[in-house]
Amino acid sequence: MAQSRMRSAGSLIGSLVGAAAAIALLIVAPWWLLLAAVLLLALWTVATRIGRQAWSVTEVGLATIPQRLGAASVVVVGIAGVVAVLVALLAMAAGFEAALKESGTDDTAIVMRAGAQTEINSVLDHDSATVVAQAPQVLRNAQGQPIASAELVVVAALPKKSSGLDANVEVRGVGERAWNLRPGVRIIDGRKFGSGLRELIAGKGAHEQFAGLDVGSTLKLNGQAWTVVGVFDSGDAHNSELWGDTDVVAATYRRGSSTTAVTVRLTGADAFDAFKAALTSDPRLTVDVKTTRAYYTDQSAALAKLIRILGVTIAAIMAIGAVFGALNTMYAAVATRSREIATLRAIGFRGLPVIASVLYETMLLALLGGALGAILTWIVFNHYTVSTLGQNFTQVVFAFQVSPPLLWTGLRWALAIGLIGGLFPALRAARQPVTAGLREL
Amino acid sequence: MKYLQLVWSAMFRRKTRTVFTLLSVLAAFLLFGLLDSVRSAFANAASSVAGVDRLVTVSKISFTMSLPKSLLSGIAALPGVAKVTYANWFGGIYQDPKNFFANEAVADNFFDLYPEWQLSQAERTAFRTTRTGAVVGESLAKKYNWKLGDKIPLQATIFPQKNGGNAWTFDLVGIYRVSNPKQKNQESILFFNWDYFDEARAFGNGNVGWYITQVSDRKLAQQVADAIDALSANSDHETKTQTEQAFNAAFVSQYGDIGLIVGAIMGAVFFTLILLTGNTMAQAVRERVPELAVLKTIGFSNHSVLALLLAESVLLIVFGGAIGLLLAGVVVDAVRAAVGETVPMTRVGAAIWLRGVGLMVLIGLIVGALPARRGMRLRIVDALAGR
Repeated sequence: MAQSRMRSAGSLIGSLVGAAAAIALLIVAPWWLLLAAVLLLALWTVATRIGRQAWSVTEVGLATIPQRLGAASVVVVGIAGVVAVLVALLAMAAGFEAALKESGTDDTAIVMRAGAQTEINSVLDHDSATVVAQAPQVLRNAQGQPIASAELVVVAALPKKSSGLDANVEVRGVGERAWNLRPGVRIIDGRKFGSGLRELIAGKGAHEQFAGLDVGSTLKLNGQAWTVVGVFDSGDAHNSELWGDTDVVAATYRRGSSTTAVTVRLTGADAFDAFKAALTSDPRLTVDVKTTRAYYTDQSAALAKLIRILGVTIAAIMAIGAVFGALNTMYAAVATRSREIATLRAIGFRGLPVIASVLYETMLLALLGGALGAILTWIVFNHYTVSTLGQNFTQVVFAFQVSPPLLWTGLRWALAIGLIGGLFPALRAARQPVTAGLREL
Repeated sequence: MKYLQLVWSAMFRRKTRTVFTLLSVLAAFLLFGLLDSVRSAFANAASSVAGVDRLVTVSKISFTMSLPKSLLSGIAALPGVAKVTYANWFGGIYQDPKNFFANEAVADNFFDLYPEWQLSQAERTAFRTTRTGAVVGESLAKKYNWKLGDKIPLQATIFPQKNGGNAWTFDLVGIYRVSNPKQKNQESILFFNWDYFDEARAFGNGNVGWYITQVSDRKLAQQVADAIDALSANSDHETKTQTEQAFNAAFVSQYGDIGLIVGAIMGAVFFTLILLTGNTMAQAVRERVPELAVLKTIGFSNHSVLALLLAESVLLIVFGGAIGLLLAGVVVDAVRAAVGETVPMTRVGAAIWLRGVGLMVLIGLIVGALPARRGMRLRIVDALAGR
């Protein structure tokens, strides 16, 4: 008695360790390793006698699913919920990160006043801006002018379409070289603003999120009427902004000839170190120099990390709930089939095909749930546009990005939940004494 | 009540299944407790009741734009204005950008407008008379282990000193407390003297970030707000005045619709939960058909069987859910102890419990409805015959 209890405790610990190892494998293993594992499993199922037995027992199990649809859907829907929430939150983090990251490159650099951290905090006087633009590492255009844009970032409060409440939108005063600097910016409606005029063009994201930014509409900034003459798409965080002529924006915001930051295109990514060294050692300047990639990555890092942590935590708690749901369903499935399983054992089937068949069944249900959750998220949330408060005290508009790697992550979670939910009922099925099983109803 | 024993033992008829179901319910309500705590924190920040008699005046363009200090005398002279003060965002960094907290330069009468914050008379006087004096909230002081008399260095991000340097140092002369637990997040601000700030900063001198006006009668709020905005109408520094409450609500809404996100997640969680526990209850009733028939045979009416089964499903959810909410309370307290009371999570208090228990009963009734109806409609003869 004591011995058999010891043995069952031993096998319980063994199966716990095995389950933990398998889950770890599912969550961290690279895709090719998993693919290899799946292929091996398929080979085992097809090529060995026990494998074929396992599959035929699984087929019998799967055939009974229509009779217990409610119980089976607990596994599917429970796992679909976990995967949907996980993928949606991770897609939100990815979308926010991408919107900001894509705004930066390694061969453009941003120069701000030392210590400013963000553009909105920075002030550069006209002389400093000129000194920065003249640095030898700055690329020049066909006319020999440096591709540098001294820009003025200010904030305007406009009503959001969703809530009607005022939210901050970033207004960027740009010079004529901004178009050289950011060749990816396209006008998708209307035209560019005219130099020296009170005209604005709205980024695609800002246009979607804020009211009153349609081409031809007027908005008041400090009592002056500005006309929206176009909508642009830059494919990055600038889509959250309004652009106008630097000098006119400066006049409205009483900024004189100062700007907030200078962004330059370097002769190459390798010129950055020399550029930074030249500016930081220049006694006329007190500035911080960053590549735009570093600048925008810093801005997204904290919030993206927070959303990821939240997403994984929430999904993990939901996963615990889903695991117990799956356990319930599969224990019930095993119990209703106990007579059939005992018969199989009595006519010579080993324990392994029985264990494998219960696991197969749970994993298939889990896979179905995972796919359902992932597809649902993809349909509802891919390119779903929202906005939140960014580092400049202004709204950053971004779209959820439901990418294949995230869907894959969701499927891994689904399989891990299925594995735990199936393993223990499978072990019970195999361990059940044959005589007791045959006597069941 | 006298049937509690019966319901209880029926619930644990299949121990494993009930325990697993309870654990699922627990997980769902743990999540509910945590998310509702975060949601409440944002909702509280948006609607602090104390701010209804205070008005905030900011530049009409946006609150990042400064206003001339000359508006002060004009506002003070308006009828219905009891007190007026002003402040400026500083945006300094303590040691590392990750250690974010608000820091503001404020006029020496600033704390007179916030009587709900507890600051001793001696500390108020010290703040007035110490040029480089600073006052911080208790939560913030605890987080960084600051004591009265400490020197607090901040790195300027917006305002360098006249010599071009970014280093500002303040002397801690006071620590204020906010007793209302809903407003604890206001304990995470550092205030220092506007006069010192204006004298030492390199640019922007003579401008203030925003004005705060206390009205003598809260019924006059709208009237006074309009009068303040009229002072600067058609100038190059037009203002927008609203109650502090409305201003906070607009600011919080800029983070995004927290309520909507929380609602969507909880929708997914509870949908799954209803399906899962519904399945458990259906199984429980199916297995017990003969027992239910016996109950009816010995005289239980159809309605009392219905009530017994509904009570069982409500008890199942309330039992699991209550443990989940208790656990959520422990987790929230642990997070608040580790990160500080400034974390956007309110304690799991009466309001969250009330919403939680309401949801538990509702879900219990939904989940139990179909199986209970089945139990009610059982015909004794068929059930005993196993048909």
